[in-house]
Amino acid sequence: MEKFQKLRSAAVPLPIEEVDTDQIIPARFLKATTREGFGDNLFRDWRYEPNGAPREGFILNNPIYGGQILVAGRNFGCGSSREHAAWALHDYGFRVVVSSFFADIFRGNALNNGLLPLQVPESFLQDIFSAIESDPKTEFLVDLEAQQFTILATSQSTGFDIDPYKKMCMLNGYDDIDFLLSLRDKIEAFEHSRDW
Amino acid sequence: MGKTLFDKIWDAHVAHQVEGGIDVLYIDRHFIHEVTSPQAFDGLRQRGIPVFRTERTVATADHNVPTRGQHLPIQEELSRFQVDKLTENCEAFGIRLYGLGHPYQGIVHVIGPELGLTQPGMTIVCGDSHTSTHGAFGCIAFGIGTSQVEQVFATQCLLQKKPKRMRITVDGQLQPGVLSKDIILYIISQLSASGGTGHFVEYAGSAIRSLSMEARMTICNMSIEMGARGGLIAPDEKAIEYVRGREFAPEGAAFEEAAAYWKTLYSDEDAHFDQEYFFRAEDIEPMVTYGTNPGMGMGISQSIPEPPATGNSNTFLKSLNYMGLKPGQKLEGQPVNYVFIGSCTNSRIEDLRIAAAFVKGKQKADNVNVMVVPGSKQVEKQAREEGLDQVFREAGFDFREPGCSACLGMNEDKVPNGEYCVSTSNRNFEGRQGPGARTILASPLMAAATAIAGKIVDVREVLDV
Ligand code: SF4
Repeated sequence: MEKFQKLRSAAVPLPIEEVDTDQIIPARFLKATTREGFGDNLFRDWRYEPNGAPREGFILNNPIYGGQILVAGRNFGCGSSREHAAWALHDYGFRVVVSSFFADIFRGNALNNGLLPLQVPESFLQDIFSAIESDPKTEFLVDLEAQQFTILATSQSTGFDIDPYKKMCMLNGYDDIDFLLSLRDKIEAFEHSRDW
Repeated sequence: MGKTLFDKIWDAHVAHQVEGGIDVLYIDRHFIHEVTSPQAFDGLRQRGIPVFRTERTVATADHNVPTRGQHLPIQEELSRFQVDKLTENCEAFGIRLYGLGHPYQGIVHVIGPELGLTQPGMTIVCGDSHTSTHGAFGCIAFGIGTSQVEQVFATQCLLQKKPKRMRITVDGQLQPGVLSKDIILYIISQLSASGGTGHFVEYAGSAIRSLSMEARMTICNMSIEMGARGGLIAPDEKAIEYVRGREFAPEGAAFEEAAAYWKTLYSDEDAHFDQEYFFRAEDIEPMVTYGTNPGMGMGISQSIPEPPATGNSNTFLKSLNYMGLKPGQKLEGQPVNYVFIGSCTNSRIEDLRIAAAFVKGKQKADNVNVMVVPGSKQVEKQAREEGLDQVFREAGFDFREPGCSACLGMNEDKVPNGEYCVSTSNRNFEGRQGPGARTILASPLMAAATAIAGKIVDVREVLDV
């Protein structure tokens, strides 16, 4: 997994709530057997017309927005367990998703793929949307070590929570499997201790 | 202080505790399917490691498979490739596979219980969010991502923070025409699509206890639709008797010993829940959804509400706009051209019996296409033995072979753009059943009644009780 420490970037606003994983990556694009290439179909049905032409008005088709941060409404990533949703966002180029609330499985999947799910209070989320509205190029700073997210133009800042173990993994680019594999003897001991 | 059912099972599976409150949770049963496993197998290859405990993983092909002509090679190239990949991977890593053509093949959450692979007290995971289904047996069962599938392959464990505990009690007696699907749609409409986030839910109360195992699975199945990690129900005699005699259930003395343990799995009187809700079964009507998340549901006699005063009314209106519906409108009388009876929520033999009993001797309306997709080969076989396939065919329904089918539209079973579909599945997300498809979630009984009437009806008015 890629390391994540600090990121300074503009952000893409998606002020929609309950963005589910079927919107992030529709099921019919889950047929690939590798992790790459899902970015092309990110938000497929919002982004493209049925004939494949880009849909005017969808945020990813609007060149004034860009950056590695996606800012979305509450309950982002609800729905299926497909990790393809995290892969698609990462493959497209996002490294951080900011929302006021994340669905559990999505949050876990994102963290396992070097994509930071950054939860901010609802009022702060609205401030971010306003900042982007007044200047689409406005930049934000994500500091994972300090657990701080800052709107640089206004110096408004908020802390965010992250599990200490997951933080360590992201900062260093470690994944859970390496850690679990190091515990194999403990796991075997547990198996022996069970009487069923 | 006493323990909850959830705590009892969880605590018995903590293989190791990591500093910072993360548990290494041992997984008893791991189900896999073709869509979320290939990248995990590749991960093992890259690391050059085997599957740690092959006997604990069982595979089937369900998401991507055609529901017609399953004896023929899969036509669609990418689907065929993905299903073949599963076969290859299972062979290479020594995993038991119930693939296409096998008499045990079916939707992963249907075959687990049916084969007795799902047993009370287990921890069960699958790269699929509706793994919560298995909680009906008193299991901790939850969906995981592909990276976690790889973790379970590699170590039979997952790193997990213990979720919070919620209890939802439904007491009383259901009205005629109201099924367990209505109970869960009602609960989600009350709690919203995110009301359960961070929690594991125990369903309790006399209305829940009175349900069959199939009906309990329908409830637990949709726990994820309120954002909960999973749901579970304390195992009782019904659960124990359901497991007895199944292919992978323990036998003889071993079964009795297991059953004695299963009977200790309940929440103690003084156990603490982080969150509790109480509902009355009598308040629940046949339910329908009107929006694009399962929390947007209402009783059939009700009207679509106005946009919420607080929060994002744009999201609400966008959703109604997608559905082609308006606040204040009723769904009763809404013409519908597609009906889907299937999915891991409602494709078990009991669901098919309920639908068939209603349909028997009736004809579908001319405007409707009806697909009935059994949850597994065994369900299909049973339905044929009972003549249900005949009932469906005589009514003009299309009875097919098992798979996820139009639940997620990965194969060719899709609902066309702009069309309404009354569906017994679990998600009414935009495009879930095909680009532009408009899904209305309901019970198998409501679905059957819609198919006959050609429009949404209040099933209570057409039931001969
Ligand atoms: S039937 Fe639908 S919800 Fe169930 S496992 Fe298949 S795709 Fe998922």
